[in-house]
Parts: sequence; C-alpha cells; structure tokens
Amino acid sequence: MLTIQNLHAGIEGKKILNGINLDIKAGEVHAIMGPNGSGKSTLASVLAGRSDYEVLEGSVEFLGRDLLDLSPEQRAAEGLFLAFQYPVEIPGLNTVNFIKTAVNEVRKYRGEAPMDAVAFLKRMKEKMALVNIEQSLLSRSLNEGFSGGEKKRNEIFQMAMLEPRLAILDETDSGLDIDAIRIVSNGVNKLRNKDNAVLVVTHYQRLLDYIVPDFVHVLYNGRIVKSGTKELAHELEERGYDFIKNENSVEAV
Amino acid sequence: MNTIAYFKERFDQLQPNDDHGGLDKLREQAFQAFSNMGIPGSKHEEWKYTRVAGLFNKEFQLPADPLTGSISTEDLNKLRLPGHELASEIVFVNGFYSFSLSRIRSTGIQVLALEEAANNGYREFVAQWLGDSSHYQKDGINALNTAFVHGAVFINVDKGARIEHPLYIYHITDARSVNILSQPRSLMSVNEGAQLQVVENYTTLGSNESFTNQVMEIIVENEARLEYYKIQNDGTNTNQVSTTHIRQIGKSFTHTVTISLNGGLVRNNLNVVLDAKNCEAHLYGLYFQTGQSHLDNHTIVDNMKPNCLSNELYKGILNGHSTGVFNGKIFVRQPAQKTNAYQSNKNILLSDSCSVNTKPQLEIFADDVKCTHGCTVGRLNEEGLFYLQSRGISEKTARNLLLSAYSSDILEQVKPFALRGYIEKLISQRLEKDLS
Repeated sequence: MLTIQNLHAGIEGKKILNGINLDIKAGEVHAIMGPNGSGKSTLASVLAGRSDYEVLEGSVEFLGRDLLDLSPEQRAAEGLFLAFQYPVEIPGLNTVNFIKTAVNEVRKYRGEAPMDAVAFLKRMKEKMALVNIEQSLLSRSLNEGFSGGEKKRNEIFQMAMLEPRLAILDETDSGLDIDAIRIVSNGVNKLRNKDNAVLVVTHYQRLLDYIVPDFVHVLYNGRIVKSGTKELAHELEERGYDFIKNENSVEAV
Repeated sequence: MNTIAYFKERFDQLQPNDDHGGLDKLREQAFQAFSNMGIPGSKHEEWKYTRVAGLFNKEFQLPADPLTGSISTEDLNKLRLPGHELASEIVFVNGFYSFSLSRIRSTGIQVLALEEAANNGYREFVAQWLGDSSHYQKDGINALNTAFVHGAVFINVDKGARIEHPLYIYHITDARSVNILSQPRSLMSVNEGAQLQVVENYTTLGSNESFTNQVMEIIVENEARLEYYKIQNDGTNTNQVSTTHIRQIGKSFTHTVTISLNGGLVRNNLNVVLDAKNCEAHLYGLYFQTGQSHLDNHTIVDNMKPNCLSNELYKGILNGHSTGVFNGKIFVRQPAQKTNAYQSNKNILLSDSCSVNTKPQLEIFADDVKCTHGCTVGRLNEEGLFYLQSRGISEKTARNLLLSAYSSDILEQVKPFALRGYIEKLISQRLEKDLS
C-alpha cells in the first residue's frame, strides 16, 4: 500500500530524514518509535504533504501513485489521513460543516455525487457512536476550546467519516490520560479492517498496548535503525532509547 | 477642478433669502469654516493615509436640485435590500431626500425635511445638535457638507416606540451622465425608551465617478436602543466620506456594524459620544478590500460620564493592491470614572501588494478605568490551511472556509436576519471571486 524508499527530507535547510525505507501492506499496523528529534513527526508531515518540508531524495508510492507528486488534499482524497499531534483550532468554522465539506470534496475528487443531508446525518450518527463523541462537541467551532482528549477524539471521528486507506496517527497519545487513550484507541481499532492500514507514530510504548502493532520500527537520526515485532516496543520501554543510541554510536565508530 | 472658488460660486447661487429655521446662519458659518480649513491634505493628521485632496482635482457636479425624476421605481427596486416589504425606506438621490421614493411604514417614525423640522417644533433640537459632529471632525470636509445642507432630513423616533422593522436608508447617486458630488445629511432623534434598527446602503448608477460626502448625526436618549448598520458595496468608481455621529445623552445602548466590501476611496468616521452615565456602545466593522480600493475607518469613542462600557472590534481582509486604515481613538474624560473600554483591530493580508495602517489611540484622563486595545496584521493561518487540506478540502475552498470563519463573529452582530443572510451572500460571492 505504502512504499517509502530512501526518503531524505528536511526543513529550512536542516536535514532531518536520512534515507527512510518502509513498506506497509493493507491490514497491517506499523508503529514508528524514537526519541525526541529523531524525525518521527517530520516523517508524518512529509507523508501528509506539509509544504514547509522539503523532500531531497527518494520516493513514496501510495496505492500505486507517486505520493510526493500530490497536494495534501489529493493525498487525503486518495485515502491518506493524518491525525494531528496538535489539531488546529478554527474559531467560527462549525465542526459539522467542516466535516461535511471534507467528505463531499473527497467524493467530488472521486467523481461521486455529494452526500445528501439524510445520508450524511446517518453516517455521522454511526461514526459518533463508534468513537464516542457527543453532538454538542460537533456543534461547536472546530476544536475551539476543546480539551486535549476531545481534540484527539475529533481527529478519530474525522478519520471515521473519511474512511482512509492509511491512517497516520502522529503522537495521538500525547497529553492524554489513560482513559482518553483507551477511548481514542478503541475508535481506531474499530475502524481497522483487512483493506486499511495504520501507522502509529509515538514516543511511548503505552499507546501500543491499545493499538497493537504488527511491526515496530525505531527511528533514530532520521533513519530506521531497528525493526521488529511488538516485543521491540516492550524492550524499548524497559531499556529506554539509550541502548539504541549506544548501539548506533558503536556502529558509527 | 472643485476648488474653493467653485464651491463659493455654488454656495452663493444656492443661498435662499429667508431664514429656514436658522439653517442659513449655520450654513454660512460652515462655509466660512470650509474656506478657512480647505480640503485636508496628507499633512492633516487625520488624513495622513487617505488622500482625499486628489478627489477634488477632478470635476464633480454638485447638483442644485433633487433629480428624483431621473430615478425610477424600477431603478430603486433593483437595489432595495431584502426585508424591504416591511421596512421603512428613506431614499436620497444625489444627496437630496426624495419624498416620492421614500416610504415610512412604521408608526412611531416621522421623517421631515430638516428645514421643516427646524421651523416646526424641532427648532431647538436642530439648533442644539445639527453640526455636533464638527466638534470631532475638524476639517473642511465636514464643514463642506454643512455649508450645503439642502434636501436634508430630520428623523424622529417617538418616545417609547419599539420599531419592529428596520429603517432602510438608500443613498443613490445618479452618475449616468456626469461625475456627481452628493452630500446627504440627516439628523435623527431617538427618544426615550425608543428602539430602532437603521441600515444605510450606498449605490451609484452609471459609470461616471461619484463622491458622497455624508453626515448623519444621531441623538440617543435615556433607555433607548439603537442598532445601526452601514453597508458599503458600491462600484470601484465611487468614493465616500461617510460620517456617523452618535451622541448618547441618557443611559442607552447602541450597536453599530460597518460592512465595507467594495468601493474606490472610502473613509468612515464613526463617533460614539457616551454623554451619560451607564451607557453601552458596541462598534463592529468588517472590511474586505481588493483591487485598488482604499478603506479608512476612523472611530472615536468619547467617554464623558462614569460607568460606561464600550466594546469595539474591527476585522479586515485585504487583497490585491488595496490599502486599509484603522484609527481608533478612545477618550476617557476626567469625570468618566469606572469606564470599561475595549478595542481590537485584526487584519489579514492576502497579497504582497496590499497594506494596512492600524493605530489605536487612547487618551485617558480618569484614573479608575479599564481600557484595552490591540491590533494584529498577519497572513491567513497556514497551519489551519494545511489542516483543512489534509482532510481533502481543496486549497481554494479551505481559504474560503477560513476567511468565512474569520468574518463570522462580526456577521453574527448583524441582527436583522434577512440583512445578515444578504451580507453573507455578498461575502461568499466576493470570496468566490477573489480566491479564484
């Protein structure tokens, strides 16, 4: 589904990703872990098409298309979704109207007719139950004054509404308590199926207790230095990132 | 060229011989003041960024008589605002009140020719308040309007009258054959306990240039409530200096919203004088400028008495080569203890060639007051844009949504439902056009 080959990228002249290789297939859950500054969020941003990041080398193929050639909205319409680490507050933009616009713009891109009000409402009710989000929250301005947990739940709700093929969760657990992590993770798990995939980007292992990955990759200095199964996440939790750093500095010598 | 000599000639021609309720003397004085002060140039502090002098280098006809015959009912129908079926409507044509086109549908509102009002029962009121704005607009432009007070109206809202439907005031300039300078003038008395919504709208017909130099003065009494809306969406060949002067002489509530979407050169003066204890005033503005347009909002809130509250929020979007000015003065006079005055001006610049000059100005002579002010000038929120795009929303639609969201808190302040819908439509059309 997603094939990243030798991806080098940076921001404002500073190189952050130094040759990432990653292959994600439908039905899989991958986790990218790594210490602060290792390039986790950069990878998520580059994949979603944030314009201030510059791709220097390499390729990303998503469902047979050159992902790097697409605008952020095209990537979304092709089935890529990024759950933001810091969802943006937009006063004055009604959440439901925003989601309705998004759903219909994606349909338009795919050559489908806009969803009528009844069908949209039905889908909304369905997905609201799935991620445990209240109508009162959706009647408000987008993320304005939402708590950390509410913002993240809103991200997962948008994901549910857009039904992406690949969802990238960027530090979705940051700033959340255990209950909020459980609610958000439940939402993600309910959305999983054999046709879609999830890429979890996280510093801590705790989110992976709820969204259990098939593969864990450790990112360090802009490269994947270790890959394994979920046991690798536990090892990191126990030993910290230092052993990765040490191993890699030895290699460098 | 519209020189002082030109206006002198016109002034002498127009002067009638009788007294006209004392207006002649006022006109005479105003003309003298105009001759002394002349047209403000860029050295005049209040006109630094708005080059109105250039307008006077052009040829504008100052019509001598109401040309109401040239405006047909069909002309009017095309520009009537939604909700007009129930609203009262006052029509000015080339600065002159048109009796034949105006319709007062609400009891509780009387509209008289200003001279008639001054001659019949309102002489003292007119003498006391006509020209009150000149204490704040100390320039030749304001004096020029007063010097040519003809075809002006006096609007009275009865004591205790709660007017259900808005009063629409249309300013129509007929520039189909020549450039026109029009100078509408009105004086309004909102009596004790009265409630009224006023909407002013400006339209130029024809492709010649228009220059509207308007003054409206409103006196608001105890327990009265006034909502005032100004909608400026005229052609690029239109120019305006539009002064709205409100004096609250009893504990009262005013709420003004100025929406400026289009025009050539537009200068708004909005004065709110809080001349009684416990007054409340809300001042809102939304401007969306593009092309070569120039918009200047000068506001004054003058706190003269204790315990007043004023809240001011102006928001702007600039694009193309447009220029904007915001100048917000707040005076807190020495007796005006316990004043609460808030002011904010926010601007979004969409292009590299547009600009805005924003200046808050607080002059506080009382010690127990709460005043805040702030201004921002920035770009469209890039992070917000990316967020929306990452959900599949095209860049154009995303910009549209963000700018609509930005405008929404001002639009919410437009209380008449039909009017708000109308303005929302104008803005969405503008966004559609501007962002493509």
